[in-house]
Amino acid sequence: MFASFMINAWIVATIVAVIAGVVGFFVVLRGSAFPAHAIPNGAFAGAAGASLIGVNTLIGLGVFSVLSALGIGALGRRGRHDVVTALALVVMLALGAFFLSQTTEYEPEIFSLLFGEVLGIASNEILPVAGLGVVCIGAVALLYRPLILTSVVPDIAEAKGVRSQRMEMAFLVVVALATAMTVPVVGALLIFSLMIGPAAAARSFTNRPPVAILLSVAIALATVWAAIAISFVTDWPIGFFVGTLSAFAYAVGRAWAAWRRTKAPRSIRADAPEPLFAF
Amino acid sequence: MRWLFEPGFFSSHPVHVAIVVGSIVAVVSAVVGVFTVMRGQSFAGHSLADVSTAGGSGAVLFNVNPLFGFVAGGVVGAGAMELVGVRRARGRDLATGIVLGASIGLAALFLYLSATHSSTTGASQQILFGSIFEIDGSTVAIVVVLSVICLGIMAAVQRPLLLSSVSMDMAAARGVPVRFVGLAYMLALALAVGLSSLAIGAILSTALLIGPAAVALRLTRRIGWAIVAACLTGIGATTVGVLLAYDSYDWNSRHAAWPVSFFIVIIIFLAYLATEVPLVRAGSDPVRPLEVDQ
Repeated sequence: MFASFMINAWIVATIVAVIAGVVGFFVVLRGSAFPAHAIPNGAFAGAAGASLIGVNTLIGLGVFSVLSALGIGALGRRGRHDVVTALALVVMLALGAFFLSQTTEYEPEIFSLLFGEVLGIASNEILPVAGLGVVCIGAVALLYRPLILTSVVPDIAEAKGVRSQRMEMAFLVVVALATAMTVPVVGALLIFSLMIGPAAAARSFTNRPPVAILLSVAIALATVWAAIAISFVTDWPIGFFVGTLSAFAYAVGRAWAAWRRTKAPRSIRADAPEPLFAF
Repeated sequence: MRWLFEPGFFSSHPVHVAIVVGSIVAVVSAVVGVFTVMRGQSFAGHSLADVSTAGGSGAVLFNVNPLFGFVAGGVVGAGAMELVGVRRARGRDLATGIVLGASIGLAALFLYLSATHSSTTGASQQILFGSIFEIDGSTVAIVVVLSVICLGIMAAVQRPLLLSSVSMDMAAARGVPVRFVGLAYMLALALAVGLSSLAIGAILSTALLIGPAAVALRLTRRIGWAIVAACLTGIGATTVGVLLAYDSYDWNSRHAAWPVSFFIVIIIFLAYLATEVPLVRAGSDPVRPLEVDQ
């Protein structure tokens, strides 16, 4: 499991989990689960396109995921957000289907782009992933306060002069960058489970953003590490374990929150401050 | 006309089936889709396609008729989403996402297992992207039956559904059983999405559910006209898409036909972009006033 050919997988998966945990916290906070699902699918189309014209997959992933993010942001200004996201998603997938129809790509390669492949990560792939990761974390740190303000109290944010539209656009681009680097590892279809499962679970345990972010990263790390280990032992696809373990984490979080509610006597509940962000 | 209709277009059996099934699916999706867009449940509509895909790939693995897998997957998924039943859109999206993530994980496992056990290659591509040109005769009958059931449910709950889609509170105040109507609607949605993902693939399922309805709701405020406009948009996009895909076989020397889903989606997307042009749109924004319950 820790043989030399697995070392790269462990390193990259760890970076991916940290990014997913941090970015995922804001995805959950802002209710952006649908865009977080749509953008990786756009990235998938980019990977297919890149292999068609013979450029580096990472470039295709980056260009297409940023394009989907900008498209959702720009059209979402005028129309219903969920409708625009759905349309962007199907357009990107249709492009992907088109690129695939024109290539002679092997089925397993498509499968691994969709569902993830941690084995066979080359050493020279680590640096770009780490670089993009640093950019993502940096962007989140820079946008930390306005992001939380526009998500939780949009009116106050507006009054303070924070442009919520612009913030939405910036955030979608961060999601896109996080996506571009994680698609080859956990697959286009499962990044978003890794983003929302652990972060949603973390939200059930604490209302304080910094603690929630740390907890979300910790749960994401546990999910990914466990997924790799079980996947290595059973030889089943890692995507299955990421998807189900994330859902399990969320279920535990919900159960914990429900248990806490029944434990707390009414009087205490009345005195308790309103949660900063309740569902 | 030869340049538009390639030789054999009108006599080709797969083309006939594709247009007939595509149009049926487009109509059912459009009727259900108008309510999906009004209720802001595009994410649920899309997720159900993926969830029923997971059911379909499970059925392939266990050697059951994929149809049962698709329909069972969709209905179970819809039940799970409705059961979590979070009222606020944000929490609802999250619950939808978790159900979606878990079922994609399951799909990954089923596809992997069926690929290693029975070496059915092409399964993941086939199930995800579907092929409207490879529908066999037995599927057509099933699609028709399911469509009738789905449209029947929609007709039965149409009025209370419309009221509760515009304002949940107003509907509840008037004594509409909101929960029951919501459940019936989710069942219709699951059936519509399940049968369309089976017949034409998960991508087109979402495209035909959301696209024509979104276009129609921007053209008119009247629900009846919106449904008619959505049906026409869906049928038009499907027919033109099939025609172009048929033609594309001769567009390059390698005879690598362009996928029909690509054409249908692009046509629908262009139609949506056209509604961005102020002249085409009726009023300011017909969708916004309906957004009472958010």
